[in-house]
Amino acid sequence: MKILTCPINGPRPVSEFAYGGELREMPDPARATDAEWTDYVFNRDSAPGVKREWWCHTSSGVWFMAERDTVSDIVLRTYLYSKAPGASA
Amino acid sequence: MPWRLAKFALSSRHPEPRMFTRHERLKSAYDVVIIGAGGHGLAAAYYLARDHGITDVAVLDRAYIGGGNTGRNTTIIRSNYLTPEGVRFYDESVRLWQDLSQDFDLNLFYSTRGHFTLAHTDSAMRTMRWRAEVNKHFGIQSEAVDAKAVAEAVPMMDLSCGGHSPPVLGALYHAPGAIARHDTVAWGYGRGADRRGVEIHQDTQVLGIELEDRGSGPAVVGVRTNRGRIATRRLLCAVAGSTPGVLAMVGLRSPIYVHPLQAMVSEPLKPWLDPIIVSGSLHVYISQSARGELVMGASLDPYELHSTRSTLDFAESLSAHMLELFPFLSDVRIVRQWAGMADMTPDFAPIMGKTPVSGFYLDSGWGTWGFKATPVCGKTMSHTVARDEDHPLIRAFAFDRFARYALTGEKGAASVGH
Repeated sequence: MKILTCPINGPRPVSEFAYGGELREMPDPARATDAEWTDYVFNRDSAPGVKREWWCHTSSGVWFMAERDTVSDIVLRTYLYSKAPGASA
Repeated sequence: MPWRLAKFALSSRHPEPRMFTRHERLKSAYDVVIIGAGGHGLAAAYYLARDHGITDVAVLDRAYIGGGNTGRNTTIIRSNYLTPEGVRFYDESVRLWQDLSQDFDLNLFYSTRGHFTLAHTDSAMRTMRWRAEVNKHFGIQSEAVDAKAVAEAVPMMDLSCGGHSPPVLGALYHAPGAIARHDTVAWGYGRGADRRGVEIHQDTQVLGIELEDRGSGPAVVGVRTNRGRIATRRLLCAVAGSTPGVLAMVGLRSPIYVHPLQAMVSEPLKPWLDPIIVSGSLHVYISQSARGELVMGASLDPYELHSTRSTLDFAESLSAHMLELFPFLSDVRIVRQWAGMADMTPDFAPIMGKTPVSGFYLDSGWGTWGFKATPVCGKTMSHTVARDEDHPLIRAFAFDRFARYALTGEKGAASVGH
């Protein structure tokens, strides 16, 4: 990967971006068991494959999602995060 | 071509012994199966055979002996860590290293050079004094030294960093710091294990792990490979950057994350650099090999990747930092560059020993600090597998320490870049 496409600013060199890690849903802190909370805090799904990840275009401060294959390093698509029901992320 | 070599090539009898025995097929069962024929896996096989009398062992590798991180590191050996658990563990490793050439009857080119960890700020100097005190308490030779001592040991260094970075104020000096020839480590352990009856199977990929639950939780009963099924009740996983994939086969989740770590070497130069130099602020480490090549490394790549590709960005940024310390290297060429997959952990300490799956033993989380630990990992993991009980030296590195929020605090001393 040399170029990443920011959903707002378009294709930019990868040096302008910061990696924010895999998308992980936080369990409800009031209801999660100790084991669920520990799993959320520490454990990662690190097996190779296509992942949904947070990336930030640092020069404009835009956080967005990228679907990336962690073996071939090919980005399948990028889009803004949306939590609305029925949205893709 | 020399006559002796021509005769060897033409002879069908191959009169000279090969380094390893080639086994045509896998047996249907083994006492112990080890995944990963790198330094760690072969060392465990060696000590299982030599110290515990367990020789019905198969070591499987999907590629070739020592082709993973064993052959991809920058070969630095040291024990100047920060936590008591870390210092004790790595000190035992350094002691084992010093006798390995004798053990193997094979020259590892083990070369004690001395190791400087440079400090560019007051807070870094404070950490160096802290590490020196912890080290001295455990009888390890480490001391905080000033910039003058660094200049005397490495007269070619520009202590001002050319004004591009904060100047070198001092360093942590660790006299036992050493380098060794990394392939030979895997070959020495491999040959020693092979001669004692251990089978090494290269080009053998693990496709799945068979578990059985008889009421007391899951237990290992076999391994499926591309060359057939093996029955075993004891399985040791020593696969560094491929650990998450193997953990998925037994249904375990872990905090391990995989980023590539790159390194490169220069063309050979006349000897000018005796000690090993590390700068956490500049994200560089450098030593000069017996061949005269400068062996150089930097911090991890910035994002997750399961690949050993190398990048121009890395070579450029590492070279830029190297020139701040050693400006005269500007016309020296880089001849090779490579990467390994580092299995990182949140507390920069390994994850070792027994797991919630009975008979599944883990030697992982070796991130950027695994090569120096090869001998002690072999020793402690063979003990753990033979007795089904964690060796005392690795109890602080247990798989369940995260669930207990009992992390170790090794981040300040494990690698560069933070």
